[in-house]
Amino acid sequence: MSSEHEITTTVNGTRFTRSVESRLLLSDFIRHELGLTGTHVGCEHGVCGACTILYDGLPARSCLMFAAQAHGHEITTVEGLAPERGRLHPLQAAFRAAHGLQCGYCTAGILMTMTAFLAEHPSPSEGEVREALSGNLCRCTGYQHIVDAVLAAAARLRAESPA
Amino acid sequence: MKPAPFSYVAVESLDRALAVKAEHGDDARFLAGGQSLVPAMNFRLAQPAVVVDINPLAELDFVRAAGAGGLRIGALTRGRTLERDPLVADRQPLVHEAMPHVAHPQIRNRGTLGGNLAHADPASELPALMLALDARLRATSARGERWIEAREFFRGVLTTALRADELLAEVELPALPPRAGTCFMEVARRRGDYAMLGVAAVIALGEDGRCTDARLAYCNAGETPVSAAKAAQALVGGRLGDAEIRDAAAAAQREIDPPGNVHATAAFQRHLAAVLTERTLRTALARAKAGR
Repeated sequence: MSSEHEITTTVNGTRFTRSVESRLLLSDFIRHELGLTGTHVGCEHGVCGACTILYDGLPARSCLMFAAQAHGHEITTVEGLAPERGRLHPLQAAFRAAHGLQCGYCTAGILMTMTAFLAEHPSPSEGEVREALSGNLCRCTGYQHIVDAVLAAAARLRAESPA
Repeated sequence: MKPAPFSYVAVESLDRALAVKAEHGDDARFLAGGQSLVPAMNFRLAQPAVVVDINPLAELDFVRAAGAGGLRIGALTRGRTLERDPLVADRQPLVHEAMPHVAHPQIRNRGTLGGNLAHADPASELPALMLALDARLRATSARGERWIEAREFFRGVLTTALRADELLAEVELPALPPRAGTCFMEVARRRGDYAMLGVAAVIALGEDGRCTDARLAYCNAGETPVSAAKAAQALVGGRLGDAEIRDAAAAAQREIDPPGNVHATAAFQRHLAAVLTERTLRTALARAKAGR
């Protein structure tokens, strides 16, 4: 039991070992220790969803976890979505094409929420998309273009990997 | 907003978790899903000296059949599992129906049954479900263990019957009575928000069609989850039709005493209680008759 811990965690496929303070939030670890600033920090109490990452493949608020809890676990951040430099993930491409973002602050969290959602729901209805979006706040778009982008990405992903 | 400094230990055994809690008492907090504790720590409303991370304790993450129709659910079971587990859906359809209302998918991926109940937020759905389902909760400590009835467990806002050295380890949901129907409904401004009011209803019918059991429990209607026991009891023994259900809804509306809050006045909560009680009873009755 201590206030300093050595942790090893896999982030976007790369293993990192760092010494962290107990109280360091996972969101701050990702941004400040690893320099992965694509994960944004909004409310820091689990309401806005901006800091959503994948923890062992499932969306979670990184502001509601401690860095120490990442020890031995796999994290995916928005930087891990694109298949290679210069190419976007189909969901990212759809957000660009459909104007699914304006200021972009909420975008990384929404991308992480919706990639996991589309993996489980390849053919969602508009209502299901809106419900899945309920845990991510956006104050710019009014959500319509985000919904359009997610539906377009779902169609594109289905075309790429027919069942 | 950052937590105050604390010591952290991810425990490798239940014995170790209980030993640390016994040593530090109220200065130590168990960390399960962290979806209520960590926000409180970020706001520094909670400043535990020691955080005991119980996430490594896989033995507390289970859903098991118990007897004919009952369930035992480990405290570390995530909301996601409660929402999707086929055994939960089959044996406790009320839980299956209510889970999508419990916060958002990201929260349900982390948040646990035990953490939710030990947090004892009266606005939360799960405590009300525990009342409606006559749940028993197993508390364990280095001294031993004891079972606590759900109606004895919730003592006030964020306050439970758990002692300073106890861990909520599991929940037992007894089998629903034969020919039971259940229903959960709530009204919230947005999907995933806390309900302005929520109702869980259970109805059971005898072979002759008369009501043999009725229960009504409410979330966000007081300092704890609350029952409308008298209104529900008045249904027992009778044949249920529209008039009986309307009378029960009116009686439940009088019986509970919602305090009102920033999102809904007490008068509006009372209005919701009547409307939602009538609808949940009607649906639960139809389900009981249909045998599901």
